[in-house]
Amino acid sequence: MPKHHEHSSQAHRQPHHGPGGMHRGAGEKAENFGQAMRQLAAYCRRYLPAIIIAVLLAVTGTIFNLIGPDKLADMTNLITEGLTGSIDLDAVISIAVFLAILYGAGLIFNYVQGFIMATVTQKITRSLRSDISAKINVLPLKYFDSNSYGNILSRVTNDVDTIGMTLNQSLGMLVTSVTMFIGALVMMFYTNWIMALAGIASTLIGFVLMTVIISHSQKYFLQQQNELGTINGHIEEIYSGHDVVKAYNGEQAAIKTFDEINGRLYNCAWKSQFLSGMMMPIMGFIGNFGYVVVCIVGAAMAINGTIEFGDIVAFMIYIRLFTQPLSQLAQAATTMQSTAAASERVFNFLSETELADESEKQTRLDHAQGHVEFDHIRFGYDPQRPIIKDFSAEALPGQKIAIVGPTGAGKTTLVNLLMRFYELDAGEIRIDGVPTSRLTRENVHDLFCMVLQDTWLFEGTIKENVIYCKEDVSDQQVIEACQAVGIHHFIQTLPEGYNTILNDHANLSAGQKQLLTIARAMIENAPMLILDEATSSVDTRTEIQIQQAMDKLTVGRTSFIIAHRLSTIKNADLILVMRDGDIVESGTHQQLLQQNGFYAELYNSQFEQAS
Amino acid sequence: MLKMLQYLRRQEWLMICCSLIFIVGQIWLELRIPDYMSEITTLVQTPGSTIAEIIGEGVPMLLCALGSLISAFVVGFFAAKIAAGLAQRLRSQVFNQVLSFSMEEIAGFSTASLITRSTNDITQVQMFIAIGMQALLRAPIMAVWAVCKIAGKGWEWTAATGCAVAVLMVMLTVIIIFAMPKFRIMQRLTDNLNRITRENLTGIRVVRAYNAEAYQEEKFARANDELTNTNLFTSRIMAIMHPGMTVIMSGLTLAIYWIGAILINNTAAVADKLTLFSNMVVFSSYAVQVIMSFMMLTIIFIILPRASVSARRILEVLETPAKIIDGEKNESELYERGEIEFRHVSFKYPDAAEYVLHDINFTAHHGETVAFIGSTGSGKSTLVNLVPRFYDATEGEVLIDGINVKEYTQWALHNKIGYVPQKAVMFSGTIASNVAYGDNGRAETSDEDIIKAVEIAQAAEFVNKKAEQYEAPVAQGGSNLSGGQKQRLSIARAICRQPEIYIFDDSFSALDYKTDRILRSTLKKETAGVTTLIVAQRIGTIKDADQIIVIDKGCVVGQGTHQQLLQSCDVYREIAESQLSKEELEHA
Repeated sequence: MPKHHEHSSQAHRQPHHGPGGMHRGAGEKAENFGQAMRQLAAYCRRYLPAIIIAVLLAVTGTIFNLIGPDKLADMTNLITEGLTGSIDLDAVISIAVFLAILYGAGLIFNYVQGFIMATVTQKITRSLRSDISAKINVLPLKYFDSNSYGNILSRVTNDVDTIGMTLNQSLGMLVTSVTMFIGALVMMFYTNWIMALAGIASTLIGFVLMTVIISHSQKYFLQQQNELGTINGHIEEIYSGHDVVKAYNGEQAAIKTFDEINGRLYNCAWKSQFLSGMMMPIMGFIGNFGYVVVCIVGAAMAINGTIEFGDIVAFMIYIRLFTQPLSQLAQAATTMQSTAAASERVFNFLSETELADESEKQTRLDHAQGHVEFDHIRFGYDPQRPIIKDFSAEALPGQKIAIVGPTGAGKTTLVNLLMRFYELDAGEIRIDGVPTSRLTRENVHDLFCMVLQDTWLFEGTIKENVIYCKEDVSDQQVIEACQAVGIHHFIQTLPEGYNTILNDHANLSAGQKQLLTIARAMIENAPMLILDEATSSVDTRTEIQIQQAMDKLTVGRTSFIIAHRLSTIKNADLILVMRDGDIVESGTHQQLLQQNGFYAELYNSQFEQAS
Repeated sequence: MLKMLQYLRRQEWLMICCSLIFIVGQIWLELRIPDYMSEITTLVQTPGSTIAEIIGEGVPMLLCALGSLISAFVVGFFAAKIAAGLAQRLRSQVFNQVLSFSMEEIAGFSTASLITRSTNDITQVQMFIAIGMQALLRAPIMAVWAVCKIAGKGWEWTAATGCAVAVLMVMLTVIIIFAMPKFRIMQRLTDNLNRITRENLTGIRVVRAYNAEAYQEEKFARANDELTNTNLFTSRIMAIMHPGMTVIMSGLTLAIYWIGAILINNTAAVADKLTLFSNMVVFSSYAVQVIMSFMMLTIIFIILPRASVSARRILEVLETPAKIIDGEKNESELYERGEIEFRHVSFKYPDAAEYVLHDINFTAHHGETVAFIGSTGSGKSTLVNLVPRFYDATEGEVLIDGINVKEYTQWALHNKIGYVPQKAVMFSGTIASNVAYGDNGRAETSDEDIIKAVEIAQAAEFVNKKAEQYEAPVAQGGSNLSGGQKQRLSIARAICRQPEIYIFDDSFSALDYKTDRILRSTLKKETAGVTTLIVAQRIGTIKDADQIIVIDKGCVVGQGTHQQLLQSCDVYREIAESQLSKEELEHA
């Protein structure tokens, strides 16, 4: 049974997407890293030229940064040469000016690169988000039965953000780091291969150490994420059930569980913190170590006269440029993992099977009389297990059909089929003789007004909520609809009237919200009506109002009403009694009472004394 | 943020002091390194130096670097321990504090906010302590020390460094001024986008039924554009950060060498030239340290506000006193058990002008069923909430077994009560663990008790259908159960507790009439002698109660049995007529 109101509550309860959501992504792995990345790359194809330009700019900018030390070395050499005599100041200045220009150009190149990437990233994330949003509206409702809202929501925000972050920072960082790494390597070998080898050898230790640390800290990091998820889940659970926890003296047990998780969290939190904090100092040390090695080797060679002092100065910088990207590369590698995981989720969602395309359907029904026939229909949410096996019924124009049954009997199933939210497995539903399967879904929807049990209002003014997507609705029509349902007077007492914005701290009661959705259905003014009576707690007067408003809505329309009220059931032209998903009895109130079956039992149960 | 420090233990203060010593040591070592570098440089320059001499300087330099690395480890270890320890303690204190709150304090904060405060906010503080505190201690010491070291070595270089710092500060300030306000809007815009998506998802049937897909997508597109534009603006500004810093660093090095060349050129003596030269090399590395320190400080000042907002939010929870204070009594001497009496009880929410309940008087005797009915907002739920002390009466007294509820310990009071809320609460675990939930002051709940409670609550049928039966898992929030199933288990939980008093706060609304009726008859049979308070919307649920109390706008407007009230109470009759037709009322 699809129970949609539960999905919304689930969304709040997903521990990993809730308050702890910011940590999600870290340490996550994609099932197929390569494929996920290829899909992402394919998606970015439109921006490929811009990305290539950015990459080229990054490479050039980095190369400028690499030439710098070389020129600085020349400059130092000039100065040292001049130590004993006089410095060739002109040459120094010309190098200095060259360097200044180089740095300036580097700045511009790097910034332009950053600018392009920022722009491209935002464009890509925007279109990813809108694709996901559009996808929601073309997925069959079936999809939402097995996927929580929280999950889909987190793709729009968390996953897309992760992708954006990678594109914006990690990609640039990766390009720069790789260029710098390779460039520094080339420059070192170009300057002096012996010293280059010495430098590389000394940083190799750094490599090894880092790998060890990363793999270790990764373990604790993952553990920390898990424990954070667990503790957040526990906190949510206990806080939201606070009254029960108190009333049942569950505090001690809750605290005990909490302390256990908290202790475990502490353990992996400090370890992961400590290990990840070690990265920077180690890098610093490796830098210094490389420096000393380069100096000693360099000095030895300088004394022998193999190299000049300026080369040592250049090497001091190269060795830093060489070690610096190491940590960035490691970092980029981890973010790439979570990006792959994120884009895998996003693209999996985007490639879900959509509703069938109906653009070739020619049949249109604009003004239905409202003659509805169910002809031997069969349906199951799982086709293997049909719940409506073979049902036929007929509703004449203007008739009132009540659907009754105990909670969970599947009353909404019929609505789902009428509206073609789900497709029949066999049989036909005909409206004015036309099978609904030959109409487009839009057309079918246009034929019905629908008022659901869970009132659905969005953040916006009262007027916007009543008009919703209907075009060319005058203010007068809105007022008339609200008058008809009897909420006009109340709206006028609000300071902003019809322009009052409905939001979380909305000033409307549940009943008033229900009235607004009825007004919305009135504006829609379709030839048929589907109505799910509210069982929610509404006070008596509002309840009478709602009843009257609904009665008005049914006038002249073939109406399908999921009924909870006796008055509705009794004067219905046809009552469909549902049990365990199937329609077990049908007929008028009197007929059904005479049958003395399930309906009679159900009906009479409310008059019996509990004894 | 500073107030947070009072939650540190002595041991942790000790760790901080140690860390401080190690940080100073580390800085001292790190600043020694350029000295060795300059020595090495001079040696390399001086003809006739031997490799042994260079190694003689290189080894101590490496030792310094190693020492600094070890210090960094120690400091990092302490910082991680302190941060994680503080977070653990805060989390546990906030959790305990929230558990001691009554509904009043919880409503004041809102559950969602309390959850964020216990999770995200604490993580924020932890991150700040772990990374920020270290940098906050380190950066100023480093900056001052490095400045001192280079101060005497030539004002020209110092000026150049000063300029670089100034440029850096200007750049960061500009970024902060332009980008910060946008960062603040960004959160709102993201929430906005989320809200629209959520609306689309929760209203998916309405959207489809009204063919409003295009309408929703347009709305989404607007929010999406707004967010994208803001993001574009900030990320374009932020893009200057990295290249800007690179250029400042390399520019400063260049400037120092440039100035150095001129200075050396203007000096006559060779020895002086050599000193100047090695000073120049050393200076350039100190100058980088200075710039780095300033950068670090600025970054901290960017992240500090966020952490201190979190810290404030945590402190708010910890500093809010719990309103409900425990009494001392564990039992009443009264022989008759399960007697509830309201004596002139009035109640208003704190800070509210209007009373929710006015002068309520009634007595529920041992084994009686008292029902409350009235429109939404009439105060029915508030009334029964006064019994387990979710709130305390503003005026008047609520007595159980002849004793004011405030005089009991909460533990003893709650053991008398089996409370079933309007919205069924499920905990992750199994069906059995949910039914046996809590502590009723008696021995462990036996399996038979659980099975019996589940049977009475009419839940046995669906429980037995499950493969693992009573050990069937219940997901967080009971999301794998239907509303009716949750409600029945929630009732079973109260039955399993074997209390003196049942409180059903509109607990039957998710059940159909038939289940409702069977459940109540079984309950009546199996648990005779337990006093029951029922809040309900449906006349059918309550009409066989011993006493029905009709509440309207916080006042009792009718009190009696169903038949009496139909005769005497207009409000009651109105409610009854809206639910049942005339003949049905007579039929009853």
